[in-house]
Amino acid sequence: MDALMTWLEAQLADNSIFTLQTFGYYGEGLTTTVQLVFLSLVIGLVAAVPLAIGRGSKRPWVKWPIFAYTYVFRGTPLLVQLYLIYYGVVFVEGIQETWLWVILEKPFVPALIAFTLNTAAYTTEIFHGAIQATPRGEIEAARAYGMSRRLMLRRIVLPSAFRRALPAYGNEVIFMLHASAIASVVTIMDLTGAARFVYARYYAPFEAFLFVAAIYLCLTFAILYFFRWLERRLLAHLKPASG
Amino acid sequence: MKLHKILSLGVLGTALIAGSASAEVRDIRIGVDVPYEPMEYRTPEGELTGFDIELGNALCAEIGIECEWVVQGWDGIIPGLMARKYDAIMSSMTINEQRREQVLFSDPYITPPSAWFAPADVEIGTPSEETLEGMTIGVQRGTLQDNYVTDMYGDVADVNRYATADDMVLDMDAGRLDAVFLDFPIGKSTLLDSEAGNYKVVGEMITEPKEYFGEGFGIAFRQRDQELAQAFNEALDTLQENGTYDEIHAKYFGEE
Repeated sequence: MDALMTWLEAQLADNSIFTLQTFGYYGEGLTTTVQLVFLSLVIGLVAAVPLAIGRGSKRPWVKWPIFAYTYVFRGTPLLVQLYLIYYGVVFVEGIQETWLWVILEKPFVPALIAFTLNTAAYTTEIFHGAIQATPRGEIEAARAYGMSRRLMLRRIVLPSAFRRALPAYGNEVIFMLHASAIASVVTIMDLTGAARFVYARYYAPFEAFLFVAAIYLCLTFAILYFFRWLERRLLAHLKPASG
Repeated sequence: MKLHKILSLGVLGTALIAGSASAEVRDIRIGVDVPYEPMEYRTPEGELTGFDIELGNALCAEIGIECEWVVQGWDGIIPGLMARKYDAIMSSMTINEQRREQVLFSDPYITPPSAWFAPADVEIGTPSEETLEGMTIGVQRGTLQDNYVTDMYGDVADVNRYATADDMVLDMDAGRLDAVFLDFPIGKSTLLDSEAGNYKVVGEMITEPKEYFGEGFGIAFRQRDQELAQAFNEALDTLQENGTYDEIHAKYFGEE
């Protein structure tokens, strides 16, 4: 490790922008971005499954609130949602005295809440669409076997809906990664925050932003290949049998 | 014929000499970017005012010329000078090498100090590595204050960087920040004056080291207008000696 550091330092010797310090900022930024995006996607995914089922419910008091939620969060910019949650909560009278302030004081949790609510809304709609698209024949077959609604949902509808939703959901993950670039407006030092810092410090827009763009590209490729692998595994039975 | 020519040349020459003599004292226009309270801003009636405006007018009066203010956005302010839309810039412009290649600066007429501001109820000693340890400090991203705080206290404190000074004040009101580091005049007008009693200044005014805080604000002229710059420098000296400068300074920044 030490040898690597000295080697890196030697490589960076005649360079005023990419010092170990700036790499430190980029490194921290990478960790923050990955944490933020990963956590919000996982929580959003878990929340989206029941929401998507509820969204297709026949009961109006289940269906309409969920529709209103997805409509609002898909219909407004994520930046606005982030501002409202980060700067908006402080206008709640006396919030500084409650236990909530402990988690809302730092920018990470407000940003996580905004991102989670946003991605959950999109994912709900993606799953809802996939559930609606379940072939009638599969449902009729399940009914013919005497499956209860619950069992049918678990065995037939959801597994096939997840598979259908996979490509669209892969896009949502990539969008989320890119959308996370706005986290720096609430002072989070994510990847873009690090790039902005380097830019403002050295007045070097190209170096600062090209470098960070390259990191985003690598992350996007990783996501892309993960989903491609997942699709190949899960959708194998849909491929034409190779002769 | 010959005589006539010589005569007219002579007249022309005299006119030229007279012209160059009066070049020192001709009326000028000064470019300014508003608002940047309290340096330059408009009163509710729409009138231009501020430290730069009043000092500029006093300087012009001292030189004995009429000055007209031209409002110009910041990003086009140096090109506007080159394009002769006005003859000088007096708009909180920090003197630095990069600008010096394009324009001629007067002597610095003010060096605005930076200062620490904290909510009145935060217990905080004179800022140092020990007293700021674990604190959350707000700065405006990319400013000289950001560079200073990052280098001096980046390792011991959390530095929150904001896009605008407004966002920073909002977060300070919210109780998210223990201290902010700002241009003193800006902090004074946004924190001390407009929310009296909620905030306080901590420690000394900070103007050193120069590599962070620069040489101060100067009036910018076109490179060739040496005499004009000279006239302003002399007028500035006079105003600083006769107390007019201190009067204007006290009006906008209070007593030191």
